[in-house]
Amino acid sequence: MILYLVRRLGGVVFLLLGITFVVFCMMYWAPGDVTLMLVPNVPSTEQIGALRREFGLDQPLLVRYARFLAQLAQGDLGTSWIDRRPVLPEVLNALGYTLRLAASALTLSVVLGVAAGAVSALRSRSLVDETVMMVTLFGISTPVFVTGLLLIYFLSFRLGWFPTSGAGTWRHLVLPSVTLASFLLAYNARMMRSCLLEVLGQDYVRTARAKGLAERRVWGYHAGKNALIPMVTVVGLQVGLLLGGSVITETIFAYPGLGQLMVSGIASRDTPLVQGCVLVSASGFILVNLLVDLSYVVLDPRIRLTGR
Amino acid sequence: MATHAQTDVLGSDRSPTAGMNVWRTAVRGLRHRRVVIGLGLVFALTGAAAGAGWLAPHDPVASDLGRRLLAPSAEYPLGTDWIGRCLLSRLLYGLRLTVLVGVLTVLVGGGLGVVLGLVAGFYGRLWETVIMRATDLLLSFPYFLLTIVLVAVLGASLLNAMVAIAVWTMPHFIRVVRAVTLSLRERDFVEAARALGRSEPGILFRHVLPGCTAPLVVQASVFCAQNMLMSASLSFLGLGAQPPSPELGAMLAAGRTYLRVAPQVVAVPAAGILFAVLAFNLLGDALRGLLDRRALATL
Repeated sequence: MILYLVRRLGGVVFLLLGITFVVFCMMYWAPGDVTLMLVPNVPSTEQIGALRREFGLDQPLLVRYARFLAQLAQGDLGTSWIDRRPVLPEVLNALGYTLRLAASALTLSVVLGVAAGAVSALRSRSLVDETVMMVTLFGISTPVFVTGLLLIYFLSFRLGWFPTSGAGTWRHLVLPSVTLASFLLAYNARMMRSCLLEVLGQDYVRTARAKGLAERRVWGYHAGKNALIPMVTVVGLQVGLLLGGSVITETIFAYPGLGQLMVSGIASRDTPLVQGCVLVSASGFILVNLLVDLSYVVLDPRIRLTGR
Repeated sequence: MATHAQTDVLGSDRSPTAGMNVWRTAVRGLRHRRVVIGLGLVFALTGAAAGAGWLAPHDPVASDLGRRLLAPSAEYPLGTDWIGRCLLSRLLYGLRLTVLVGVLTVLVGGGLGVVLGLVAGFYGRLWETVIMRATDLLLSFPYFLLTIVLVAVLGASLLNAMVAIAVWTMPHFIRVVRAVTLSLRERDFVEAARALGRSEPGILFRHVLPGCTAPLVVQASVFCAQNMLMSASLSFLGLGAQPPSPELGAMLAAGRTYLRVAPQVVAVPAAGILFAVLAFNLLGDALRGLLDRRALATL
């Protein structure tokens, strides 16, 4: 177990090194020069040269990457090239907004999704089941930007209940959360239904029934608990993905989360900012995945993690 | 996601080429209401996409500033956009692009995935280690973010978006095919084919690959839907097709400003994307129910 953990954490470090290096290379070869954007009017060669030295752009790729790593080891993510502010507080601030959005969307989607999926499986092949499956099929087929724009049109423009954009109050959080949750909810409901049906075909459920347990206990204790194990994986993956910021939802609602920040950084070729965003979201994604793997040990006593 | 597809073939001890009755399965499929609906929608979609040239009443990129933001009329059945382009024509050409992206990315990414999955599952050893490690690596990236970075750096274009999407498709196909291959290669009919002197690639493509058909058909349909969504999302962010191309995601993004004054500008491409994705999802869902003996797996 300890050995397993050490190996996995080592893997995480390598993966993060790989990801940051790939992003570094991409930004290095990206067309467009940040210094040309920063100098007003017709830039002189001296001005450009001074900026390039300041940002370290005159150095070779590997030297720059080594410098980035050295800075990172001291907990410094560097300074934004565009607005000259330290990257770390800016990224953390955006992460705060992203976390709030992710938490509310996930709560909605997990609670309602699991409930809908369970009802659907309990009443398998009934009208309720068919309806849930049809509605959720629409759910997973509707792009978030379509859901978002529908909500804006009806709940903001027509009814004026919620603001169309921005962040700060709980009202600002409603539309983006519902938008994100609608897709995840549909996905989770379908997943829950299939997991539950799968479990119900298992021998231990037949045994439980055969020994005369009340149907409620079979469902709640034997089937329900085991169906939740794969759900942990699915929801864990969603947490990981949402930590990176939901770029599209944030764009529609002008919500100042991590995704927005990263896209703006890419557009202005602001390498330190992009690196900061990628590092934070990738670490989140990978660590959540690791936690999910570890949780299996607790959830399923048959699983033993080994260092091999 | 879709790695748990199980098939009839896995349960039988006969070679899929000998035992599988493609036609019988097809006829059985036509008795299922949902398969018929799914197929019907996909045919309607491909029909609209293929026939865009004849069906469209106007040129999808020709603008007429005198006829901006018109409501639906006889001349413009779905109205016009903010520079007077016919929305119906743009929708039809947009569907063509959407279908093309979905099918091509699955053909390229899925095709490569199938070959790699077969090799990994059948030959094992070093092949398997290398291919599966690479697959795990690809799947452990927060992929949508990296797609965005990749496309932004390569340059925003529909082709680059498609490349990124195809790369993302590949590992999912590798996993499914490898899983099926692993269980098929131990079967008696593989041993029999070997005893009869068939070459290894022959066994792989004539006896193992057909066994993967059922999960692959489902997977292909679902990923078509998935990839159409992804490309529309990238275009929506300005990272895919560029204006004035009638790509549905790009149309939506540009039309957003007119949501209040002329909702049809947004509603038309939105309905188009929804219809296309839904058609393939419905088909995938129905096929899974048909081909999956236990009829359990949903997504």
